[in-house]
Amino acid sequence: MEDAFVFAILTVNATVRVATPLILCAMAGLFSERSGVIDISLEGKMLSAAFIAGSVAAITGSAWLGLAGGIATAMCLALLHGYACITHNGNQVVSGLAINILASGLTVVLGIAWFHRGGDTPSLEATARFMPITLPVARAVADVPLIGTLYSRLVSGHNLLVYVAFLAVPLVWWVVYRTRFGLRLRAVGENPKAVDTAGISVTWLRYRAVMICGVLTGIAGTYLSIAHNAGFAREMTAGQGYIALAALIFGKWRPGPAFGACLMFGLLDAIAIRLQGVHVPGIGEVPVQFIQALPYVLTVVLLAGFIGKAVAPKAIGVPYVKDT
Amino acid sequence: MKSGGQELPRWIDIGLIPILNICMALLVSGLIILAIGEDPLEAVAIMVRGAFGYEEGIGYTLYYATNFIFTGLAVSVAFHAGLFNIGGEGQAYIGGLGVGLVILAFDSLLPIAILAPLGILAAAVFGAAWAAVPAYLQAYRGSHVVITTIMFNFIASALMVYLLVNVLIKPGQMSPESREFLPSGQLPFMHEMLAWFGIPFAPTPMNITLIWALICCVGVWAYIWRSRWGYELRTVGHSEAAAAYAGIRTRRVIVVAMCISGGLAGFVGLNEIMGVQHRLLINFTAGYGFTGIAVSLMGRNHPFGVVMASLLFGALYQGGAELAFDVPTISRELVVTIQGLVILFSGALAYMSTPWITRVYRALTAGRVVPAGSEA
Repeated sequence: MEDAFVFAILTVNATVRVATPLILCAMAGLFSERSGVIDISLEGKMLSAAFIAGSVAAITGSAWLGLAGGIATAMCLALLHGYACITHNGNQVVSGLAINILASGLTVVLGIAWFHRGGDTPSLEATARFMPITLPVARAVADVPLIGTLYSRLVSGHNLLVYVAFLAVPLVWWVVYRTRFGLRLRAVGENPKAVDTAGISVTWLRYRAVMICGVLTGIAGTYLSIAHNAGFAREMTAGQGYIALAALIFGKWRPGPAFGACLMFGLLDAIAIRLQGVHVPGIGEVPVQFIQALPYVLTVVLLAGFIGKAVAPKAIGVPYVKDT
Repeated sequence: MKSGGQELPRWIDIGLIPILNICMALLVSGLIILAIGEDPLEAVAIMVRGAFGYEEGIGYTLYYATNFIFTGLAVSVAFHAGLFNIGGEGQAYIGGLGVGLVILAFDSLLPIAILAPLGILAAAVFGAAWAAVPAYLQAYRGSHVVITTIMFNFIASALMVYLLVNVLIKPGQMSPESREFLPSGQLPFMHEMLAWFGIPFAPTPMNITLIWALICCVGVWAYIWRSRWGYELRTVGHSEAAAAYAGIRTRRVIVVAMCISGGLAGFVGLNEIMGVQHRLLINFTAGYGFTGIAVSLMGRNHPFGVVMASLLFGALYQGGAELAFDVPTISRELVVTIQGLVILFSGALAYMSTPWITRVYRALTAGRVVPAGSEA
């Protein structure tokens, strides 16, 4: 019983760690896609942010400067995406793909040129990272049965960016559903012409959406290289941007369900790591690849309309051209 | 589709602007090389020499180009139907699986003369099958083909790792690879074929698949511009509603277009597995599916353009390898970077330069007398 409890706590903690970048990216994508701009470049923005955050933290020794660098980098790419898609009415998928490929190449090219470590950045000291935080009174209540244990071992002891990610979800919900900006954001993704007719700039609204997307993917990338790990490793995002996109679709472009999907995909990943080479009674050895492919399979099944229906914002992917 | 462009003459629209876009991509690439402290002009010289300067270089360039022709054609065919197939990577992967399974099953029984067409068939069928599911979902269930093909790339990757690690691995080895094919399951290399005619050529991975790639180009051209099905395909690409009104079964056209696209991508498996590696292995697609998107954008979705763009990318890959070898601070991923920039400038920002080119063109032609009635 005690073992099962410890196992559960370890699994939940692993889930939280894996889900953090997914949550940040899914929330990032939510802003962009709800405004009508498809964003498959979450992956590329996160990778670039991870690289710059790792580089800046390695050179300056400051985690905060690393975070600033990461956010600035993702922001630049987000503005590039906006410039192509909003200003020049370019194809949003092509632009996103270009950013992903560019990020995948440039991070390695610059990494090798700057650090000569095969594309990785130097590993970081604890002072240059976001380290686990012990929340107030966590030590004191650690011995209180159940609640104390849960508080000290589950809630406490994560790094700052994990808390940022989990607090971002209610904040995003509030912004999208309870503010004027959120109302306009949802409207511009459904019917930009109506928004334009009301005298609100479609262009500026969408630019704000992709910029928020940049900030959040920047934090996600920073988390990977200087909070979760002690440095950047080439291709370290390993498709997590796409999983976040899948989670966003799985959550039908809504903050709460998308958050749930991120946790589910994170849990799958945590389980996959734990099940590696383990013989499960009655089933035999579960192929890890199967669990790893499950988020994608589930998303396709959902998109096919077999479990509920995922309806995208109506104007998604369509550049807004003003009638003259 | 952007207004303001239609008043430009054709040579500017399909000649000058694409070239300008590529120049911008190369210019930014040059700036990156400059930023990491190397000389861009010297880098270009090394790349050109590496790609075309000697027999091995040419052979490798054409071998890479073979893959890009297939994936470029794949993206183009789908594009003419108004679909964006970014699943070329997964379709190529599964196409290779098809080739591998056929050869592993029959290479001790059948001669190459029968196995070669069987391999072609297997690559096409498996690649097409992998594209068929997203196509069906797009046509009949309304799920977006871009998202589903992305998902299918990852599913293909997981499936291949599983199969090679657990099922197809040659017993008694660590690396996830199948056994090597018997000689009857190996396509002839180009240098071997040239030797039959007494022409000496350095051994390179370039093989007979290159000829099949060129045949495919002609086939795609005839299909899209000279056949009824191609006409339907382009009609659907221009306007699905108009096509449906004209009595075209648009859903079927979408599925067929994606299957042809997937089949073409699957031929990468033919080149890699049956032509070069002679065994089934992991990650042999190495991003060729994504390069196909750059190739198709650059080649303006026309087979001739695709061949030209494939040559350029083949040269970039081969020259880039040479460059990475000669200059230690520059890595092979520079080519990936250039690829990203090409997709950015010739794809996403394709119309960026149109407004000011229009302005320049107007200024230059303003003095001339415009014939009556042709005013825009």
